[in-house]
This record gives sequence, structure tokens and C-alpha cells, in this order.
Amino acid sequence: MRVRRIIPIVAFLALTGCDGTQLSFLNPQGPIASQQRTHFLVIIAFMTIVILPVLVLTPLLIWRYRYGKGASYMPEARLPWWIEIVLLGVPLMVVGVLGVLLWRNTAALDPWRPMEEAGAPLHIQVVGYDWKWLFIYPDQGVATVGEMVFPAGTPIAFELTSETVMQSFWIPALGGQVYAMGGGMVTQLHLMADRPGVFRGLNTQYNGLGFAEQQFNARAVPAAEFNAWVSAVRTEGAPLDDRAMSALARKNTAQDVARLLSPKAAADPVRLFPVPEAFFADLVRRASAPSHGGYGH
Amino acid sequence: MTWDIIFGRLGLDALPFWQMIQDPTQSNVVNGLIASAAAFLVVFGALAVTVLLMSRGWWRVLWSDWLTSLDHKKIGIMYIALAFIMLARGLTEAVIMRGQQAVGLYGGFLNADHFGQFFSTHGTIMIFFMAMPFLTGVINYVMPLQIGARDVSFPLMNSVSLGLTAAGAALVMASLVFQPFSTGGWSGYPPFTEMTYSPDAGPDYWIWAVTLSSLGSTLSGINFAATIYKNRCPGMTLFRMPLFTWTVLCTAILMIFAMPPLMLATGLLALDRYLGFHFFTNELGGNMMNYANLFWLFGHPEVYIVILPSFGVYSEVFSTFSGKRLYGYTVLVLATMCIAVLSFTVWVHHFFTMGQSAPLNAAFGIATMLIGIPTGVKVYDWMLTMYRGSIRMTVPMIYAVGFIMLFVIGGLTGILLANPSVDYQVHNTLFLVAHFHNMLIPGTLFGMLAAYTFWFPKAFGFRLEETWGRRASYGWVAGFILAFFPLYGLGLLGMPRRSLSFVEPAYLPFTIVAMVGALLLLFAFFSLALQLWISVRERETRRVFVGDPWDGRSLEWATSAPPPEWNFSRTPEVTGRDPFTTAKEGGEAYQPLRDVKAIEMPRNSILGPGLGLAGLICTFGLVWYMWWLAIAGAVLALAALVARGFVRDTERRVEVAEIVGHHDQWLAAVQATPAVTRAKELTPENRGHAVPSTQEALA
Repeated sequence: MRVRRIIPIVAFLALTGCDGTQLSFLNPQGPIASQQRTHFLVIIAFMTIVILPVLVLTPLLIWRYRYGKGASYMPEARLPWWIEIVLLGVPLMVVGVLGVLLWRNTAALDPWRPMEEAGAPLHIQVVGYDWKWLFIYPDQGVATVGEMVFPAGTPIAFELTSETVMQSFWIPALGGQVYAMGGGMVTQLHLMADRPGVFRGLNTQYNGLGFAEQQFNARAVPAAEFNAWVSAVRTEGAPLDDRAMSALARKNTAQDVARLLSPKAAADPVRLFPVPEAFFADLVRRASAPSHGGYGH
Repeated sequence: MTWDIIFGRLGLDALPFWQMIQDPTQSNVVNGLIASAAAFLVVFGALAVTVLLMSRGWWRVLWSDWLTSLDHKKIGIMYIALAFIMLARGLTEAVIMRGQQAVGLYGGFLNADHFGQFFSTHGTIMIFFMAMPFLTGVINYVMPLQIGARDVSFPLMNSVSLGLTAAGAALVMASLVFQPFSTGGWSGYPPFTEMTYSPDAGPDYWIWAVTLSSLGSTLSGINFAATIYKNRCPGMTLFRMPLFTWTVLCTAILMIFAMPPLMLATGLLALDRYLGFHFFTNELGGNMMNYANLFWLFGHPEVYIVILPSFGVYSEVFSTFSGKRLYGYTVLVLATMCIAVLSFTVWVHHFFTMGQSAPLNAAFGIATMLIGIPTGVKVYDWMLTMYRGSIRMTVPMIYAVGFIMLFVIGGLTGILLANPSVDYQVHNTLFLVAHFHNMLIPGTLFGMLAAYTFWFPKAFGFRLEETWGRRASYGWVAGFILAFFPLYGLGLLGMPRRSLSFVEPAYLPFTIVAMVGALLLLFAFFSLALQLWISVRERETRRVFVGDPWDGRSLEWATSAPPPEWNFSRTPEVTGRDPFTTAKEGGEAYQPLRDVKAIEMPRNSILGPGLGLAGLICTFGLVWYMWWLAIAGAVLALAALVARGFVRDTERRVEVAEIVGHHDQWLAAVQATPAVTRAKELTPENRGHAVPSTQEALA
């Protein structure tokens, strides 16, 4: 009885950081991560059909047919013809079933696919810098660095790009990762949190010295609280102007940007307001323009 | 100014202790000491070897019997020696990285730049300068013997391949003394490795080391394929070839087609870096997706290049140590070919997360899962080979059994990764790192160590000591489990690969266990070294000159150990599979010679080591912008090639008397050596003359 109680506690502790931050899709906090976990477990179940016999029979074979003491040695033993059919047929069927699941899940969990069934989305534009993320809320006109706040129960439609090398944007407890790439490339991701909570977000693509520190909290809050938060950012935020841009362009962490922009409140995440109109689109256009140097016009 | 012309951009700051002296913070001192110790080992090791060679007068032997030799057996042994040296470095780096992560909660002892160089050199070395030389060495030694050939088709090109590979390895070793190496990982993704983000010499080291190595491997692939197509002995039809040779053929074909895309990728990256092109930059229309496609067009077949030869080794090991012919030979051959072809159809699965459409990802995901089918069939064929056999759990068998039980777990995680929707959750995490180590350590490395133990007596004429061999094999298996299973857990908990440190206390128990596993792997490596030391010292007690210590089944066992330079005094004629077993059972092994003719063998050549040296000089010059040195190296290479064109006397005649002398000596040894049963396989009574298992069972 005791063990039964301890296992879920240990599992919970392992899947959750010490401060209650959700770390893993194995303890899913949104519909995408939840389906990913299910798919993960179903694959393991089907693969057991193929793997378990190897793990069980190999030691038995070694023991039973060991030199000198084992069962009768018959080097000329012929096995019936249908064995080869079984050997080919079973993995073929397993892969067949898994292939159907793969096709369906890849379409259903495609990061590009809008979660229309869950209502109108909140738009967030993500820009990767060395070694922090800038989150722009185009409809609210605000932006943050180092923390992403959003309403629980509302789908989030992300657009991602990078102002530096490739990065990979990931909030494991909510869903999969997608690369943010430079050169004017924009990728998309759709996620949703079922309930309020704090989820760890990070970059998984190595991008230099500060890579391991490129983490942030994704904080899902009730809808009313989100609106209050937006208002607060609008009143307290520093403008996303040239000064903010030059702080972002440096190779530093979100904490460093906070220190540069608001030395007094350096412990808090960076909050930016106002954000210039079409800020993200301009970044992307500049990056993709062939006239970066002096070429063309 | 003038110094720049001579030294390029090589300055004092390239020395590993420079930063430590200039800015002696605690972190700089710790990292500087580690780097300086490594550099010291390289310099001191090279000096010690040179002094030893000079003082003992071994220099001449090394030069004329080894470095310039075109004998495929000696080239094979040199490849394997190179692999072991590089394994020592790669493994040490792995232990240091595991040590860093074991104390990596909020910090650790390595700094970020040093850690970046560690994971980049570790991956580059283990793939290009450990796995590739190891398997190329084993193939070189074994394959021509298995098909009854005198040598590979192009012995000189074989030596050139070795020279180029060794030059690449030397360049990576030079980066320990003149730092830094790249921090862009073994895959060297731009734009991170472009001038904008990595202007130092690191990525250039990586580019040229990998380019030299892949040029060598392309030539090796051509050589092996041509040898198998053209040099088989009479009667050795394709479907009578031992399975190892079949896997070599598939690997050779993969090398020919997969290495050029890599050379193209590194070449274009070099154009970007040296001449301001924009193939993969963020600016002026460059796009790194082109790099990702080229790199993985190489990178995925590469996985099978390093794993298929091991599949061949396991096939030989299971069959030999079960005293039974291989079950499902035809299916295994077809499965190997299927894997080779499919390996070119799955490369996109390395970057599902880079934004392709769902149908494209799904197509590549399903293609990836298809590879699981022939691989699964193989595992069951090996198990059925043991069924009703007479199994001796020798060291190669411990590796083989460890392999199939661990490999299926890697197969499971591979199928998980093949599913894009799951891959989105584990891509770039330690789950992926655990997966590919699960394929490459039990898959490739165990296979190569099994091959080393299995064919060592053939190559050197004495068996390896058993006790330390067992300790090593158990150490590799247990160490692998402890070092990498925790990484699966860490990946599922969201820990990215290449993380210097972390802030989640939940990760700590896993990283500590992995550290213990890494130490166990280090113990296994030292056990191998100790085993070799003891075996050499006690070699007289384990001599197997007759040449058949394991009751072998294929032709390489049908000649003396070590074999003469010309391999077979009498060209074998083959009438079926397992020809040596058939001959032994029919009492027809060990025949006297008939119609002996003189044999022409290739003379030594300095072209291989010469081109290797020229390549090293040229690329070192390129790395540090010492243009005069780069030009000198290129001119030297060209001059060596032209000079070789004037060499007319390229063949050595082995006279009949020498051949007959060796053969009679061998037959006399066969007569004088009592045949032993498998019960005495590991005792001093085993002098390489075997009673066939089938006859032992009848008696």
C-alpha cells in the first residue's frame, strides 16, 4: 500500500520542478501534450510485442543451449517454413498499425494547425535572440522578455522567427517544439493550457555560451487576470524603442536585459509598452530583404 | 605585420594556458588546467613515442613494415590502432562532461566555451575518428581474407585513405594544443558556424578534419566495393559470401553515395567562411535548410555505415559460438540491402521540427519505421541461430548478447522518435542523446570490440587473455546501461542536450547515476588496455599459429595466424557457404600445395603517409590563415601524386620457395598440433587446431 502511494508522489516530484513549474509532457497541462503522451504510451505498448520476446527468450536460449550441459545440440535442425513468415509478418503488422497512428497524429498534432475548435486564439509573436526570447502580443500592443503570460483555456497562435542563429522554442508541458529560424523565415505553433499554472519554457538548440540559461516561465492565468496583467504592462512597461532593441541585440540573458532596461526592478521580467505597429513583420521583412548590405536598393 | 604573414591568426591566445595566465579567475584556472593537461598529454605523448622509436631503432621497422606498407592487413591494424587512440580521448571527454553535469546544478567546474568544445570534439571524434577507422580497419583486415583474395583492389589507394583519415585525426589532436575547436557540435549547423557567430578558428578545424576524413572514407568505400565485386576466389558467388562481407558491401555502397554530400556541405560552408559566399548565412538569400538537407543526406546513411559492419560481425559471432550455420542467411542478406536502400529515404527525420508540412513529416516518419522491420527480422534470425546450438559464452558472445538485448530498447526509442508528434517532444533532448548512443554503443562499438576479440588471434597469432576481456565486456554493458538509461529519463523531463548546467534539482539523481556509468565505461577501457598488456606478455601460452582458435566457418580461418603477406598460398576454391567448416568436416582442410606459382605483391609506397602529411600541413595552414603553409601543403600533395606517376617498379615478386617454405611450416604445425574440442577453447591447449563442433557432438 505504501509503495502505491509513494510512486505517484515521486513521479509528481520528478515531473515538476521544486517551485511547482511543470517540466514534462508526461504530466501534460494542455490538449496537445496530453495527446502526445497518449501516443507515446501506445507506441511503447505495441512495440512490447516485438521487444519482450527478445528480452525474455535470449537469456533462456543462452541457458538452455549452453555448451556441454545444454539441451540436445542439433546443428542441422531445420525450422518450419512459416517461421520466416511470422518473423516478417509480426513487425510488418506492428509497423502497419503504428504507421496509421503516425499519419493521423502527425496531421492532428501538426504545430501549424490552428485550434479553431477551442475558440478564437491569442496571438503571440516570438523572436529568438542570444540568449532570451522576446514575446510580442500584437493585439494588446505589449511585449515581454523572460516571461510569457497568457490566459488558460484559450488557444495560443505563435509566430516564430530568430534575430540570430537557429533556436528551438519549447514548452514541454503544453506541447512540442518548433524551430525559430533567421533569414526572414517564420514558423508557427499552436498550443493551449487547460488550467492556470506555471510551465517551463526553453530553447533546445545550442546557440552559444548562454544556451543553458535561455529558459522562461510560461504562466497561464485566468482570463480576467490576463486582462489585468495587460493593463499593468501598459502602465508600467518601458517602450520597445532603440534602447530596448540594442539591449536585446547584445549577447546576454533575459536577466541582463532587465538590468539594462530597469535597473531598479531588475528582478522582474522585462515588460515593454508601447510596441511599434507591425514590429514583427518589419523584423521579418528586414531579415529577408536581399539588400542587407548595399546590394539592390 | 610580418608576423601575420608567417603565423596568420595564430597567436599566443591559442595556447591552452594563456587565458588562465592573463585572467586567473577560479573558473579560468580550472578550465585552463584541464586544457593544458590535455595539450601536455598530446605533446608529451608524441615526444615520448618519437624518442622511444629513435632510441630503440624501431623507427625503420615502423616506416618500412607499417607506415608505407600496402598490405591490407597492416593497414587494417593501423586503422584500429588509430581508433583506440581516439577512443581514449573521446571517452575521457565523455567522462569529463558527465562529471560536469553530475555537479551541474546551478554551475559546475567547466565554463561554457570549454563545454561546447567538449561536446563538439567528442561527437566528431567518436563518429569520424573512432567508429569509422575502427570499422574500416576491421573490414580491411577481414574482408579480403573472407573472400579468398590476396589484397584489396587498390592497395595504394587504401594507404592513401588511411593517410587522409590519420591527417584528419591529427588535426583534431592539434586543436588541443592550438585552441579552440568548434563549439557547433558534430553536425556543425550554420548559421552558428558562420563567420558572423563563430569567427574563431574552431569551425575551420571541424570543417577540414571532417573533409579529410570523408575523402578517405569515400576512397575506402570505392575500394571495398571493387574488391568484393572483382576479387572473390573461384566459386565464391555473391550468395556464398559470409554475412560480414555482405554487410561490408552495403556499407561500401553507402560510403560511396553518402560521403560526397558531406564533403559538399563542408566545402560550401568553407566557401561561406573563407570567401564570403552566402550559401547558409542568414543574409543575402543564404538558407541553412540547404545545409541541413545535405548534412543529413550523409548523416543518416552514416548511421548504417557504422552499424552494418557490426551486424556482420554479430552474424559471424552468433554462428561460430553456437556451432551452427547462420539461420536465415538469405533473409539477412535481403534485410541488409533493404536497410541500405531505406537509409537514403529518411533523412528529414533529423529535423521534423524545422517546419515542414505534416504530410511530408509523416511520409518520412513512416519510411523511418519501415527500417525497423528488416532490423527486427535480423534480431530474431540471430536468436534462431542460437536455437538448438551449442553456445559458448566467450567475450565476443557477451558483446553480441548484450547487443541484441540493449539494441531492441534502442529500437523502441527509435520508433518513438520516428513519430513526428512524439519527436516534437523529445527532439534535441537527452532522450535523443540516449537513443543514438543506444544504437552506436551496443550497435557499433560492441560489434567492433567483439570483432577485435574474435579476429585478434588471426592477426597476431595469439589469443587475448580472457579474464580481463570478460571484465571489459561486462564493464561496457553495465557502464552503458548506467550511463545512458538515466539520460532517457532526463530527456523526458525536458533537459536539452548540450546543457552546461541546469536549475532543476529533479535532474540531479539522474546525472549522478550517469556519471557512475561513465566511470564504469572508463574502467572497461582500462580493462581492455590491461588485457592487451597481459596478452602480449603471456603470448607464448596462447599461440594459435595453426590459425583456427574458435572453430571458424569462413575462409579467413583456413590460413595461418598471422597469415602470410599473400594471405593464401593456394587460392581457395569454394563450393558453398561456410567453406572452411565443410572442408574440416570432410577432412579436406590443410591441403598441400599444387602448381605453385610466384605471386606479385605491391611494393611499399610513401604516397599514403606523404599525402596524409601534405593534407595535414595544408589544412592546418587553412585553419590559421597561414596561406604560405596551405600552399606548401597543396604543392607537396600535387608533387607527391606526380612523382608517383614516374614510379615504375611497383610490384614485388614472392618466389615459389618462400611460399612453399611458409606453407610447409604451417602444415607441419597442423600435424604437430593436436586438435582440441570446444571444452578446451580457452585453455593453453587450444593452439588453433579445432575439432569441428559437429564431429565433437557425434563422438
